[in-house]
Amino acid sequence: MTISVSPWLALVGLGAFHGLNPAMGWLFAVALGLHRQSRRIVWLSLIPIALGHMISIAAVVIGVVLLGLIVDQRMLEVAAGVVLLGWAAYHATYGHRHRVRIGMTTGMMGLGFWSFLMATAHGAGLMLVPVVIPLCLTASPEKELTTAGSLPIALAAISTHMTAMLVVILVIATCVYEWFGLSFLRRGWINFDLIWVAALAIIGLVLIV
Amino acid sequence: MAIWQPDPSFYPSPRMAAKAPEEKLAYVAAFDPDRKIPDAIAVVDVDPKSPSYSTIVGQVDMPNAGDELHHFGWNACSSCLCPNAPHPHMERRYLVVPGLRSSRLHIIDIKPDPKNPKIVKVIEPEEIAEKAGYSRLHTIHCGPEGIYVNALGNADGTAPGGIFLLDPQSFHVLGQWEMDRGTQKLAYDFWWHLGHDTMVTSEWGTPDTFENGLVPEILLGSKYGRRLHFWDLHKRKHLQEIDFGDEYQLVFELRPAHNPTKAYGFVGCVISLKDLSASIWTWYRDGNKWAVKKVIEIPAEPAEPELLPPVLQGFKAVAPLVTDIDLSMDDRFLYVSCWGTGDMIQYDVSDPFSPKETGRVRIGGIVSRASHAGAKNGALNGGPQMVEISRDGKRVYFTNSLYGAIDPQFYPEGIDGWMVKLDAGENGGIKFDENFFIDWPKGHRPHQVRLEGGDCSSDSYCYP
Repeated sequence: MTISVSPWLALVGLGAFHGLNPAMGWLFAVALGLHRQSRRIVWLSLIPIALGHMISIAAVVIGVVLLGLIVDQRMLEVAAGVVLLGWAAYHATYGHRHRVRIGMTTGMMGLGFWSFLMATAHGAGLMLVPVVIPLCLTASPEKELTTAGSLPIALAAISTHMTAMLVVILVIATCVYEWFGLSFLRRGWINFDLIWVAALAIIGLVLIV
Repeated sequence: MAIWQPDPSFYPSPRMAAKAPEEKLAYVAAFDPDRKIPDAIAVVDVDPKSPSYSTIVGQVDMPNAGDELHHFGWNACSSCLCPNAPHPHMERRYLVVPGLRSSRLHIIDIKPDPKNPKIVKVIEPEEIAEKAGYSRLHTIHCGPEGIYVNALGNADGTAPGGIFLLDPQSFHVLGQWEMDRGTQKLAYDFWWHLGHDTMVTSEWGTPDTFENGLVPEILLGSKYGRRLHFWDLHKRKHLQEIDFGDEYQLVFELRPAHNPTKAYGFVGCVISLKDLSASIWTWYRDGNKWAVKKVIEIPAEPAEPELLPPVLQGFKAVAPLVTDIDLSMDDRFLYVSCWGTGDMIQYDVSDPFSPKETGRVRIGGIVSRASHAGAKNGALNGGPQMVEISRDGKRVYFTNSLYGAIDPQFYPEGIDGWMVKLDAGENGGIKFDENFFIDWPKGHRPHQVRLEGGDCSSDSYCYP
């Protein structure tokens, strides 16, 4: 069995990318820490945020892998690509218009649910599809998606992604809470939504082409 | 349309907003009480270094007459930075201007030329009635789920009044905000505590009880609004009602603390049926409920009946009529407009339960008719009404008209519009800027003031 390094690096990179986006939770953790005047709250909040994100991603990745057992790989890639493009279009058009269900008084469960909703609405799991499919393929000697070969790899992929995300949100949340302060948001908060839409669209195209 | 950085006028916290640059322009709603010529948004030069300081330098007329423009607001503001619903790459660019009488909503673009705003969209009352079920649009706030508009009547012009949402990009009417309105029927003002996921709403009356002026029987029967309502901001569910009791009528303007960690705010009650006094109440969190406490009472002033309008003659006193209040960005100073007596009072509310008067000026007033250094002909009518504070708390602007149908009940000879400005001291104290007096052009009366880039009643914040 040969495992190439690059898909794992890609997973780490995507985890870092998701973590960087203030809409994926580090900013919420900082805000809760400021409200409750507690560094501990900043760090504790990151746990449900990472878990909610992971559950959303796991649902998508495992769904795709299971679908791969019955659907031809090429068809799967094209379908996933089309969904990604659709998601990009949806996000560009209606991304600003979601119901707000969780506010500043939320508990840890609510925060996890919020993170799950944000990751799902942003199509975070979909971004991992082009990395996970080849990874699961290389894991099986026959280059076919099998339950036995794919699921452990898929789970490892999800954990890798989550670990990278958690490290990044921990570093940013700590830096902003402890040193930078919030004023840097005014200029430093670049338009992640646009980058996100572009990422969804590019990954969608890569899958189709 | 897409921008790379948040709008520079968005601030994470009120603390940072208080350091914002000084405003150079103010936008003022102006309406024709006779409903013959179109209402307008006037652009006022408030830059002391400008040669056209204290004059109207631009104006955009509405497409129809008779709107009675009211408490307008921005399409987007600092709440776009909130961590639970972040969409900061918006521009504070459009004024959303409601017609209280017409139920029409105007979207006005100030970006190409801030002194020469242009109407880019008009939403007709039929569309609002159909999609949201409301009419008589009153107040606008930008918030976590877009633009919130409140309305004093339902589609038929009766109760309940309430709130609906407008898409902040397309300006489509999204629909009614409330999912469970509980006991709430009347509407007037609304705002929220973003840090406590709480919406607060206040009460006036149904349109048939105010569109031809205040009805004495309803007022004396204590049937106008006298309650506060507290809501879950995100579940959109009514949680609690607080009845001020049958002595208190017209519970109006809501000013929650700007600091989102603070769970208190101030509301003005226009009149007490017992002694015509006006009062300010603090609402606050008490255990797991909200509670209110009266913290300021402003007494009526005895007056000769012949100096009073018919509605007050029997009482031989002029009522203060607190019709607007505003809270400085640091939550330290509360400004209280006494439209009847002509006082503008500044209180230090650092302790929200124990306000201390720190400044007072008088201009206009039913009996006093106090003048201003910049006024040509002395005796001014109308009184301090819609008041707005600059973000740094150093300048305070106000105008003198309340509502077309009510103005003549208290100022029977009519109101000649004016707009003035106060300079506020670092630690309290207010005085008129003698160089700022706008003798409002005849035909219109000035109402709500909004300051370029935001002010103390336009933005809400998620970070302390």
